[in-house]
Amino acid sequence: MLSAIFVVLLFIIGIYCIMASYNLVRALIGLEILIKAVTLLIIAAGAKSGHLHLAQALVITVIVVEVVMITIAVGVVVGIHIHNNSLDVRKVRRLKG
Amino acid sequence: MFLDLLSLILLVSAALWTVMTRSLLRSAIGLALTSAILTVIMFKMEANLAAVFELSVCAGLIPVLFVSVVSLTQPYTHQEILERMKSMFARFRLLPVILIGIGLILVLLGPHSQAKLPLPESGENTRFILWHLRQLDLLGQVIILLGGVFGVEVLFKERKKSA
Repeated sequence: MLSAIFVVLLFIIGIYCIMASYNLVRALIGLEILIKAVTLLIIAAGAKSGHLHLAQALVITVIVVEVVMITIAVGVVVGIHIHNNSLDVRKVRRLKG
Repeated sequence: MFLDLLSLILLVSAALWTVMTRSLLRSAIGLALTSAILTVIMFKMEANLAAVFELSVCAGLIPVLFVSVVSLTQPYTHQEILERMKSMFARFRLLPVILIGIGLILVLLGPHSQAKLPLPESGENTRFILWHLRQLDLLGQVIILLGGVFGVEVLFKERKKSA
């Protein structure tokens, strides 16, 4: 119960950061905090239900996915900065798709 | 019990400082601090293997990536950064109030329990689960890693072409 409250608070911090930031790097940091909340939730749920080892295996998978995602996102952010000379999401309006 | 509560409060405080601090560089350092505190919590819950991964990767590698991207993409002067940060601080000043309010509501509405982290029961070995029961996860990890390598390669090529 205690860890669940703090997981909710971490979720709020991450979502608020993503919603209120205009800087792409800060939005990525908000995403990272959301992933921290997920990690804590998986470990707390695993410990509570007696499946901590399974939870650890899942957390390792989450960390691998997180690293790849951040690496690609950082590359995209640098590319956006090269093309637009800005990381402000309001100025990034040249997306083609 | 007190240490559990303290570590969780420190975790949320570090995350709050990470999103509210003015400098992006400090944000990256705050992210490392948040990961380090999460590692302590994981050790306290006896999730040692996941804690080691969290410490080495999330508190070590990812902040380095963020510091690199900040150093590569800092187009503003110090004065411009200060002006932008004023508006950012105005947007984020509601966040602590929201957090305290929701935290109090959750504490009051939730069922009363001891303020301590759950401790695990005995179970199977993590390595056995990872290598024998969750082999599909490992396959997924390998595919994602290869996808990441391929993605970085494509991004790098694109940058070379545009330069």
